[in-house]
Amino acid sequence: MTLELTLFYMASAVAVFATLMTITRHNAAHALLYLIVSLLAVAVLFYLLGAPFAAGLEVIVYAGAIMVLFVFVIMMLNQGNKTVQQERQWLRLGMWIGPGILCLVLFLEMLTLLGYSGEMAGVEVVSAKQVGIRLFGPYLLAVELASMLLMVGLVGAYHLGRPLRVKEPTKEQVRELEDAQ
Amino acid sequence: MNGIPIEHGLLLATLLFCLGLLGVLVRRNIIFVLMSMEIMFNAVGLAFITGGSRWLQADGQIMFMLVLTLAAAEVAVGLALVLQLYKRFKTLDLDVLSKLNG
Repeated sequence: MTLELTLFYMASAVAVFATLMTITRHNAAHALLYLIVSLLAVAVLFYLLGAPFAAGLEVIVYAGAIMVLFVFVIMMLNQGNKTVQQERQWLRLGMWIGPGILCLVLFLEMLTLLGYSGEMAGVEVVSAKQVGIRLFGPYLLAVELASMLLMVGLVGAYHLGRPLRVKEPTKEQVRELEDAQ
Repeated sequence: MNGIPIEHGLLLATLLFCLGLLGVLVRRNIIFVLMSMEIMFNAVGLAFITGGSRWLQADGQIMFMLVLTLAAAEVAVGLALVLQLYKRFKTLDLDVLSKLNG
């Protein structure tokens, strides 16, 4: 079996296992740790499939930005006196072993890839340059639509995230109430 | 032609998608449902990249970037909704929240 095939199956196993752990955890913070490992494993798969640009995006945008949003919300939903105790329990040492081992596997794979990157047989890379040329040529309209989608998402999140207001009764409603009494 | 067989890549994408779908169907906590949806988006992205690497075209990666944009917009609105729902109902249980009347 060739090197990249071995690495592919190892990363696949890590991705499937981490995903399985994600959907079976009881604690949202633990599930999030495994989800990040799963995303990193998929990033390694992207690299092995000859898409280094997509692998970079996966790490930066998915495992970076989107997961930070999740962490932010999970932490915001748990306010109160018990928070410190709870966080200590969430992030206790034993919890790091599972994701740590999986991350170690991925890290070793990355080191192997870096060592052999010159002579990888059979992997043909679609470079970021080719992606960029296609993206701003035939797919220009799609880029515009994506930017509009992000704008709509931004405005929607801002609108939904506003503080709750208790509606004051209008003068007419007050008058009607007084008349009824 | 890539060294990695396309069937295995697509099989893995299907497996991950099914796991995400299982998560959406089984879990009743809205945060877990959102996470499972992220898993499903990711699986779709993997399928696109696999196809793109099989035919050595950049289109697979472009579709992945569009999926990424969609996931980012979805998660921003979804998490804002979660915060608002938690503020109003003090629960994240979907069975309670499904009574969307009044």
